[in-house]
Amino acid sequence: MRRNVGKATDTIRARRAARVAEVPDWEALRDAGAAIKARAMASLPEQLERLEAAVTRAGGQVHWARDADECNAIVGAIAGEHGAREVIKVKSLATDEIGLNDALAAQGVEAIETDLAELINQLGHDTSSHILVPAIHRNRAEIKLLFEHTIARGQDLGWEITAIAEAARRHLREKFLSVPVATSGANFAVAETGTIGVVESEGNGRMCLTLPRVLITVMGIEKVLPEWRDLEVFLQLLPRSATGERMNPYTSLWTGVRAGDGPQEFHLVLLDNGRTDVLADEVGRQALHCIRCSACLNSCPVYSRVGGHAYESVYPGPIGAILTPQLRGLEHAPTLPWASSLCGACYEVCPVKIDIPSVLLHLRARVVREYKSRRSPEALAMEAVGRVFGSQRRYEQAQKLARLGRGPIVTAALPGWSAMRGLPEVPEQTFREWWRSRPPRAAGGGAAQ
Amino acid sequence: MRVALFITCFNDTLFPQTGRAVVTLLERLGCEVDFPEAQTCCGQMHTNTGYRERGLALARRFEQVFADAEVVVSPSASCVAYLRENGAGLDGRLTELTEFLVDRLGVEDVGATFPHKVTLHPTCHSVRLMGIGDRPQRLLKQVRGIDLVELNDAAVCCGFGGTFAVKNADTSMAMLSDKLRDVLNSGAEVCTAADNSCLLHIGGALRHQRAGVRVMHVAEILAAT
Amino acid sequence: MSGGREAVLARVRAALGPAAEVPPVPRAYREAGALGARSDSAPADLFCERVADYRATVSRVSAEELPGALRAACEQREAQRVAVPAQAPPWTVDGVELVRDDPPLSPRQLDELDGVLSGCALAIAETGTIVLDGVGACGRRALTLVPDYHLCVVRSVDIVPSVPDCVAALAQVAAEGRPITFISGPSATVDIELVRVEGVHGPRTLDVFVVDS
Repeated sequence: MRRNVGKATDTIRARRAARVAEVPDWEALRDAGAAIKARAMASLPEQLERLEAAVTRAGGQVHWARDADECNAIVGAIAGEHGAREVIKVKSLATDEIGLNDALAAQGVEAIETDLAELINQLGHDTSSHILVPAIHRNRAEIKLLFEHTIARGQDLGWEITAIAEAARRHLREKFLSVPVATSGANFAVAETGTIGVVESEGNGRMCLTLPRVLITVMGIEKVLPEWRDLEVFLQLLPRSATGERMNPYTSLWTGVRAGDGPQEFHLVLLDNGRTDVLADEVGRQALHCIRCSACLNSCPVYSRVGGHAYESVYPGPIGAILTPQLRGLEHAPTLPWASSLCGACYEVCPVKIDIPSVLLHLRARVVREYKSRRSPEALAMEAVGRVFGSQRRYEQAQKLARLGRGPIVTAALPGWSAMRGLPEVPEQTFREWWRSRPPRAAGGGAAQ
Repeated sequence: MRVALFITCFNDTLFPQTGRAVVTLLERLGCEVDFPEAQTCCGQMHTNTGYRERGLALARRFEQVFADAEVVVSPSASCVAYLRENGAGLDGRLTELTEFLVDRLGVEDVGATFPHKVTLHPTCHSVRLMGIGDRPQRLLKQVRGIDLVELNDAAVCCGFGGTFAVKNADTSMAMLSDKLRDVLNSGAEVCTAADNSCLLHIGGALRHQRAGVRVMHVAEILAAT
Repeated sequence: MSGGREAVLARVRAALGPAAEVPPVPRAYREAGALGARSDSAPADLFCERVADYRATVSRVSAEELPGALRAACEQREAQRVAVPAQAPPWTVDGVELVRDDPPLSPRQLDELDGVLSGCALAIAETGTIVLDGVGACGRRALTLVPDYHLCVVRSVDIVPSVPDCVAALAQVAAEGRPITFISGPSATVDIELVRVEGVHGPRTLDVFVVDS
């Protein structure tokens, strides 16, 4: 799995770099993207109301969900009203976040994932390890065998990837043509016009958004964009950052319902589920700007080594490290803010300039302030070292003790260093001791200014 | 020119030779070096570990200690970046060593001689946080006899990250081992950087492997004659 | 579910506090119109190049050559029954039965056809993208989705240089609530070992015909 993830991130990273290098105004696009998101968040109540009005005007129905349970209940009720036993799904991180599939299953409705990777994970009873390529932890051999045990029972699919993908196509085509209810997420929702947008590659999105009679879109409230023209920025930032393409194969943009074309019943469910908690933190709220491109995952030396499952969340990698603790509450993910060497590679590639390192530091401070004990060994050691650094005399004393392998600095550093390879050698003479030992300079010494 | 030296707690205690090299180099270039002895630590470690109040208090203390200095030079890009980030950049009077040499003194040839094969590890904090650019490379290129070789995947983090190396030791070591492989593949005799924190991490592993490659701060190469 | 609405909006307002500053948006990127006029032939050249990058087949023809090109393509793909939008121009393709979407074809009927022939609303040169807007020669959405083979006629005069040009040109379409589909190559996935596999659910074959007027 580590090899698959590592190779994946290397490849996507190179592609992204090439496609970004082509764009002469990339930095200006990032600045605009960051500002549009900040503007959307700062005026969120107004934007959500505009969006609701526009969608309703166009024949759609808008629902509001405070939390996962409420959202699942809304979706379940609509499915129930239509007597649906199955719903087809376009990949949606928001629906993973709320556990929609399990909630629907509890009322006897089967949610069928139609993205190839989601299908793979669903058949393998697995969870996603990457935002964009969720089954990247599995190689073709594993997928072939999985399919031969499930959707392509009794067949020998061979080792060609096209044949493996073909098995998925055949299996799902039947569903697309017959299942009357679909759910999706949304990449964007334009408040000005009520347009909802889904960006995808395989065509299963278009299938789910077009063929069924009823479409239910679950969308985090942070996805709203104020103006139609804002799309011109994100339709450039997202494909290049996500898959390193100039444009992804399919983008669908629709408004409400359209007679004679597509679903005749459209429901938009606006989801909070902790987003307002993130919004309440002035520094942390930039995490809501995320457009789910996964560029940060692909540039992160930590993520590429530990993979997505280690983050125990729908949102892995750098963005996950700042979003998950804020969405779920810091006490539920207290170590995530430390899962970073603060190298800053993520910030460099983020298309909307989320300053992930700064937010990590901010969350570390919040965890220490709000959840850590002041009497813990670490807190006491940091306090002691802090006092040492607060005074020249104590500091110089601590330096001498460190040379002897003792004292507050050593006590603070010991747990970590001994876990690795022992304390570093402390030289015989500190810099300041050398400085003091220098012969006094001749009067007027040093070249004239 | 009179400059005050901010040596940093790390270098003061663990890498005094870097401090000695900075003094030698600056004096050779005609500067008069002061060392305000009340200086201790900038507070980065505390802030990075989540103890922000103490970290900021130390940044404020730094400002007081250097209040009267015209120019402050430090051989630690990460400390300089941290202080600037937290409003303690002394209104531009605080500079990192390579910034001082290239921007303030306007020199790239500092009169150094170091006939060895050297590779530069561009530390994450110097490049991404402080914007050091190619100043270290420009200075190193002018060193007589030097053979500067490329480091593969140079911009990838070495895995130190301060408390990260402690709290996430496995991942940190995995990152370190990739960096080490790249250093060894470069064929260099010396691995250099603008931050000793990374060199502590890399150097430790090089010694452990008895690789015969040593680490030296950029200042030490620039001071060599 | 109005309880949820009031609660969520109240939470949002509480989170933002009394006077959340709404920042302006700097638009220093290349906006609509920045890359030159639509009548410039360069967009068509770039468009063809970029579409070919996605492994769609692209041919450049005159209006007179179009029927022949369509016939040749259908012959090569062995397409004999091809859907066309209800409001499509009076295209004819020798040897191919063009099945008009009027009355609307069911998904299963579409699935049984060999392909679909459509026009487009506009196209983007920089990204090799075809844009459909649900009316006229574009047809309703299901039409260009279900059949496995999509032949698309793009008038070179409808090719705009950049994404911002396209979004600006679609402002009225969006205001009217028409469904918009961007197509950039045949459908693909990179989910298996990051090898791009063409053709999963959308049309697996895309032949583009750029018609110079």
